[in-house]
Amino acid sequence: MTDQTSSGSFDWTGPEFTARLNKRKRSQIALKLAGLTAITIAFGMLFLLVASLISTGRHAFTQTFVQIEVFLDPAHIDSDEPNRGNYRQILTDTMVKLFPDVVDDRAELRKLTSMLSNGAQFSIRDSVVADPALIGQTVAVRVPVSDPYDQLNKGLIDRETPEANRRLKDDEIANFDLLKELGMVSKPLNRWLITNADSRFPELAGLKGAIIGSFYALMTCFLLSFPIGIGAAIYLEEFAPKNRVSDLIEININNLAAVPSVVFGLLALAVFLGWFGMPRSAPFVGGMTLALMTLPTIIIATRAALKAVPPSIREAALGVGASKHQVVFGHVLPLAMPGILTGTIIGLAQALGETAPLLLIGMNAFITSAPATPFDSSTALPTQIFIWADSPERGFVSRTSAAILVLLTFLIFMNAIAIFLRNKFERKW
Amino acid sequence: MTLFAFLILFAAVVIGYILNLRAARAIRAGGTKLHSLDGFHGGFSALVTLVPTFFFIILWLMLQGTVIESMIKAGLPDGTLDGLGTGQVQLIMSEIRSIAGGRIFGTPEDWKLEAAERLVSLRSTSSLLLVVLTIALTAGLILLTRKTVRAEFRARQGVERIVLGLMVGCATVAIFVTIGIVGSLVFETYRFFEMVPFTDFLFGTSWEPQIPLREDQIAAKGAFGMLPVFLGTMVIATVAMVIAVPIGLFSAIYLHEFASPKIRAVIKPVLEILAGVPTVVYGFFAILVIAPAIRSFGTDLGLPIAPNTALAAGLVMGIMLVPFISSFADDALAAVPRSLRDGSLALGATQAETISKVLFPAAIPGIVGGILLAVSRAIGETMIVVMAAGLIAKMTINPLDSVTTVTVQIVTLLIGDTAFDSPKTLAAFALGMVLFVMTLIINIFALRIVRKYREIYD
Repeated sequence: MTDQTSSGSFDWTGPEFTARLNKRKRSQIALKLAGLTAITIAFGMLFLLVASLISTGRHAFTQTFVQIEVFLDPAHIDSDEPNRGNYRQILTDTMVKLFPDVVDDRAELRKLTSMLSNGAQFSIRDSVVADPALIGQTVAVRVPVSDPYDQLNKGLIDRETPEANRRLKDDEIANFDLLKELGMVSKPLNRWLITNADSRFPELAGLKGAIIGSFYALMTCFLLSFPIGIGAAIYLEEFAPKNRVSDLIEININNLAAVPSVVFGLLALAVFLGWFGMPRSAPFVGGMTLALMTLPTIIIATRAALKAVPPSIREAALGVGASKHQVVFGHVLPLAMPGILTGTIIGLAQALGETAPLLLIGMNAFITSAPATPFDSSTALPTQIFIWADSPERGFVSRTSAAILVLLTFLIFMNAIAIFLRNKFERKW
Repeated sequence: MTLFAFLILFAAVVIGYILNLRAARAIRAGGTKLHSLDGFHGGFSALVTLVPTFFFIILWLMLQGTVIESMIKAGLPDGTLDGLGTGQVQLIMSEIRSIAGGRIFGTPEDWKLEAAERLVSLRSTSSLLLVVLTIALTAGLILLTRKTVRAEFRARQGVERIVLGLMVGCATVAIFVTIGIVGSLVFETYRFFEMVPFTDFLFGTSWEPQIPLREDQIAAKGAFGMLPVFLGTMVIATVAMVIAVPIGLFSAIYLHEFASPKIRAVIKPVLEILAGVPTVVYGFFAILVIAPAIRSFGTDLGLPIAPNTALAAGLVMGIMLVPFISSFADDALAAVPRSLRDGSLALGATQAETISKVLFPAAIPGIVGGILLAVSRAIGETMIVVMAAGLIAKMTINPLDSVTTVTVQIVTLLIGDTAFDSPKTLAAFALGMVLFVMTLIINIFALRIVRKYREIYD
């Protein structure tokens, strides 16, 4: 019986066969290697992305301060109107006291005062306004240094660079080093990154306005898209008759999920701002726009969650006399809730990172105070990142990275909640 | 006051619910059998009060601004607004608004102060009227529903009908969004084509959307030919696909065929992270790391590379699309019936041969669908190109050069204050229309391919 095998006509151990087998094995290995290379490239890029953000962004989490003794000269502050005093002059006097040999030279003087942040005078003013009794006294205050000196202190300005190409000249560096030797310079954690709103000066700029704006926008988005999305999904999944209208709605939702985000921005600009006359730059309008984009995600996730509830649940409920509505709202929906919430949070996380539509409705405005209500002008986290990335000052580079790290932290947090919900509550039938 | 109106509504809903619930309980206590459970009688009142009043308040809030504004305009002294453009009228109105808000700059004319005063009084009248009407409406509805509580009243059916109606309303929101998108794009695009000829836009080879600041400026007449913009979009999308397709496909093949379940469980989520990173982050990554790297690499080779080369934006966009393509390809490979794969392996084919000769051809429609969806994403992607690509439209297909894209132009034309009557603003809508139509066609085509393919094996 075994005489008929083809081994007679082909030598299975000969060189020709071995060569062919090796070639096949090689192509196997080549494909495997190609796959590994592809994954390595993708991982490498992700690593590079995170590493570059952390290495530039970490500098923004500290801020260089200098401790100075400020004499609140009554000659420059009117005790009746402490908020109109000449605090710039007071700071200049302070600096002159520290460097007594530059009194006459105006240019030198300006160099000295430019070491302190522009915000220093305002923070001193605020403390005087809060307590006018300070006028005439000498107080020790810690004021932020301006951006170039901050960069210098963090080692971001190379002292070896030829003076002509350096942003700080030798004498400026010498001045700063003198302060440093006197132990007046400190580099504490930068609370202002979170507690300040935006500013023209990098050392003062913070994310408070952007975070609150994003929060308002996301809340609006949630309040609109969550009920509407669930309502639409329940109707389509449980009640809709299979006809052309429900088909049309379904095709519509699938296509909406793939419409470029900038087109939603155009819609918001033309309809919300143009026709309804809603305010520009308002987080509320941003939230409405984001809701339109999140809606398809929530509908699709909700439908999947509803579909995953086994028919036995429905039939049992129907069997004991519940109406169709009672079945859905009393049994199916609660069981599907973890899945729905997971999908909603993932959708909201996407909305949080969405930038283009918010740019079109003007949420990239320069606003130096946090919004008090969702109808005030404001930025959002991603648009703030965009504004800072566009700013020419060097200090904004690290701040942009820091803002991105803050945004990514929020995103990771939201996704972690979604994963937690899924693992904890989602049931497999 | 608005908040007050909503509070009244909330109180009315609760009151209506409790009233009807008690009434139903009283009937039941009297020994009569009711058709519906007590809760449904309460719920019926709550819903009947809630739905119309809620929409009434929303409608009022939406319209009051426009109505008050037109009343203010009508009340201005005769001839004030004659011969003024929309921009100037808006300027006057916003000045009146800010005076009404207490922010007075300089010394405004008397008629403006008067108008501002009227604006304040009209606003307070409006919100007072809103509260009064809300009270009247809710009271009426509560009384109306209170009368319905009878043993034979089918409250459950009533509640279910209202809920179903609300759900149908929710489902049609998606349609209204589409209508809104198409409507606004068509409307503004039509106005654009009234100013710029259709053929100039579609076939023009020069895109210079600057409009002259003075009438006598010659240099910047404005040219709206979309071809160079379109070409730039294609260049960047091509670079992105050249990066994304091989990396995505090979990683999907590796994950599907060679990786052990444990490795797969680690790699897949990490790849998904790439998809979850906001695009503005990729944009910053492109200008911070990739573009300087490409430039210094090019300088070493002696190649002239533009500072915002299409290569940087395309490369980063490609990285962003890797997980997109790999998950589509993975799904497509997984959807091929196991029997095909087992049969091929049983015949002695290696895994590589099984993939390239059996699985891949069977999965090709799904993979192509995924790639097409990725192309539509690359075309519609905004932030990466806004940050990393150029602004000037050039007729070039050289990826080392700086090109611009449709989305970049939309954003740059619309950033800052926008007046809806300049061709510059409207051009953005025309580009948006092009973008929408292009991505829609690709999406429909891709979804059809994916769906048709799935039907074969299911």
